[in-house]
Amino acid sequence: MELLSNLGLGFQSALTVQNLLYCLGGVFLGTLIGVLPGLGPIATIAMLLPMTFTLPPESSLIMLAGIYYGAQYGGSTTAILVNLPGEASSVVTALDGHQMARKGRAGVALATAAIGSFAAGTVATVLIAVAAPPLAELALKFGPAEYASLMLLGLVASIVLAHGSLLKAFGMILLGLLLGTLGTDVNSGEQRFTFGEARLADGIGFVVLAMGMFGLGEIIRNLEHESTREAMIKHVSGLWPSKADFKRMLWPILRGTGLGSLLGILPGNGAVLASFSAYSLEKKLSKHPEEFGQGAIEGVAGPESANNAGAQTSFIPMLTLGIPSSPVMALMIGAMIIQGISPGPAVMTEQPQLFWGLIASMWVGNFFLIILNLPLIGLWVKMISVPYHLLFPVILVFCAIGVFSVNNAEYDVWLMAGFGVAGYVFSKLECEPAPMLMAFILGPLMEEYLRRALLLSRGDPLVFLQRPGSLVMLLLAAAAMAVVLLPAIRKKREEAFQEEE
Amino acid sequence: MTSRYAKLWAAAALAAIGIAQAAYPEKTITMVIPFAAGGPTDTVGRLFAQSMSNTLKQQVIVENVGGAGGTLGAARVARSAPDGYTIFLHHIGQSTAPALYRKLSYDAVTDFEPIGLVADVPMTFVARKDFPAKDLKELLAYVKANKDKVTYANAGLGSASHLCGLLFMSALQTDLTTVPYKGTGPAMNDLLGGQVDFMCDQTTNTTGQIKGGKIKAYGVTTKTKVESLPNLPTLDSSGLPGFEVVVWHGLYAPKGTPKPIVDKLVQALQIAGRDATIKQRLDDLGTDPAAQNRMTPEALRSHLKAEIDKWGPVIKKAGVYAD
Repeated sequence: MELLSNLGLGFQSALTVQNLLYCLGGVFLGTLIGVLPGLGPIATIAMLLPMTFTLPPESSLIMLAGIYYGAQYGGSTTAILVNLPGEASSVVTALDGHQMARKGRAGVALATAAIGSFAAGTVATVLIAVAAPPLAELALKFGPAEYASLMLLGLVASIVLAHGSLLKAFGMILLGLLLGTLGTDVNSGEQRFTFGEARLADGIGFVVLAMGMFGLGEIIRNLEHESTREAMIKHVSGLWPSKADFKRMLWPILRGTGLGSLLGILPGNGAVLASFSAYSLEKKLSKHPEEFGQGAIEGVAGPESANNAGAQTSFIPMLTLGIPSSPVMALMIGAMIIQGISPGPAVMTEQPQLFWGLIASMWVGNFFLIILNLPLIGLWVKMISVPYHLLFPVILVFCAIGVFSVNNAEYDVWLMAGFGVAGYVFSKLECEPAPMLMAFILGPLMEEYLRRALLLSRGDPLVFLQRPGSLVMLLLAAAAMAVVLLPAIRKKREEAFQEEE
Repeated sequence: MTSRYAKLWAAAALAAIGIAQAAYPEKTITMVIPFAAGGPTDTVGRLFAQSMSNTLKQQVIVENVGGAGGTLGAARVARSAPDGYTIFLHHIGQSTAPALYRKLSYDAVTDFEPIGLVADVPMTFVARKDFPAKDLKELLAYVKANKDKVTYANAGLGSASHLCGLLFMSALQTDLTTVPYKGTGPAMNDLLGGQVDFMCDQTTNTTGQIKGGKIKAYGVTTKTKVESLPNLPTLDSSGLPGFEVVVWHGLYAPKGTPKPIVDKLVQALQIAGRDATIKQRLDDLGTDPAAQNRMTPEALRSHLKAEIDKWGPVIKKAGVYAD
């Protein structure tokens, strides 16, 4: 009953006219920056932070949170329409979402993403309300050894992201790992592969790499055969998912939500990991895995739900413990401090109307997002029939602004241009960038946790097997590896036998 | 190098004769903060930027130029035009960078025009909730007896928590297993989870956790007690005499910024220091604005030099480099 009264308090605070307006403003702005490639929630929230000085704490946090999950919504729109993931978590959405768009099913893909996100947002909100404190405690039990093994599992799973040659996928994963090693070594402070360039001291930014490899690479490729592209998107069939579509998206949405809610609580890149793992999971469970990469609706429904659920539950460590699990959460904490609230376990008891108001506002915000997005689908779909020679300069400019806004560094824009060329070359060689990006994110994390785990265990590698959580993760990784490799080996053997006959 | 200085001085001289200077500021002023938005330094900077905007009747906007322990932002400012439209807020890192980085593209002392000290953030010595020691004396004894077992977390090379740890080890004349993290967030996470034994971090990051009873606190690193944490003794008085680490923040302009402009900035800084809201906010964070007589170029200049002299040997002795 306490839960109900808490939620009542929350909705009381979230449903005041002022807070409703700030929530609406936040999600609208979030959708907008999410749709615009490159501009992310971090830069936007940082820019709006001074404005929140004058607002009451609830309103300011409600608005900033709205920007964050609104951007997750909007990010998938660009990923689907122009194959340009603005957010790390939209990378997977681009895989099948854009293929759906190319087949004239852009409307269905967008609707799937919106419905999946709403369902996930609703479940995640309830989850935060019911179990935030115990979940946060659970996440604390996750030590460096568990993380290192989890990252390894993620890395193995990323092979599943590729739908072409297994060897090329391995190659791209290796490249991603190598790019991830760039920068200052955390433990010793040595510079790795920076060639004395101070601007590389913190490594390559994810946005730089993703924008270059996906965005610019895609633009160059599209310009190569603009005429065929135009012909292809001319016939847009049905905007709304059919009954069969709904049937196919139901389970992926539920599974994605579950996975996303769990992984979102973990600090680091929980939401990203969530969307990648949801995709791998759906592809493995699907009765027709060959459709993945060609426009499978499950490949949109699963990851989109997972990433929205993850985005929502990533508030848990911030709200209950005062620990920022991502740069966006760090900004939220900054916003709280500016308001004179010191973030920490006490927020829940000392500022109940803030805590519960924010949670209630998340559901309200998700509701706004779906009313905002569904009617807009028709409009978005029209956008891709804009002639490409008019569209691409705009995309280019926004990519440049977006990349620049992360660190206010023009160097990053040049770096992005370089990766754009690389992206084009790789697409010519039929090497897919998705596994590379995944390795780029997971590699450095895995290294960091691995070395930390070994530091804490005084160099004893058995720690990975002695801790049950870690052991389970390693066994899962081994199993996933076997599932990936066995069919390939069997195929090889069949070929060999045939030759003998 | 000399030609660059000559150019800077020439530019400064030109600016000094210009009538425009009397009207300073005529456009938006950028406050460069060499760390990501949302962190403790960013929060301090934004609070002051807000008040200085009101005083100077021009927006003071914060630009976060993070990276390489704050040295990228510092390098950017050192290269900026000395016209008063770029100012720079940095913490103790300005004094440790010369020892931590073997290749710096700027000189931490001569490439900047000090404006004044801004705020002093104390640090706290904290441990996981179930750490056996009851007070600092017991902690010291425990650490000495179990120096192969205890682990010390920090927020990365050159961070304040790293410096505090170095000073602690040098005071105890012992070497502990140091576990570096990328920032305070993940380090605090592992401290809360009991994965590491202890750390030393700014009150901005620890006060909420201490008050919530999630971690054990042993003392503050300042010479006087901290108002918001009245039960915590100073380390200086409870077993580590002379131990002092303060995360001081200073405001700078590029070298050659004309004196009248610096004076206006000093004035705006001092007014911000008297602002009741800022005082209140900083108080919530366990800190205070710097005293008015320390919000001056002279005070910052001598403090910077003193801190460089204090930390240089500690860092050199530990043999750590961040590049």
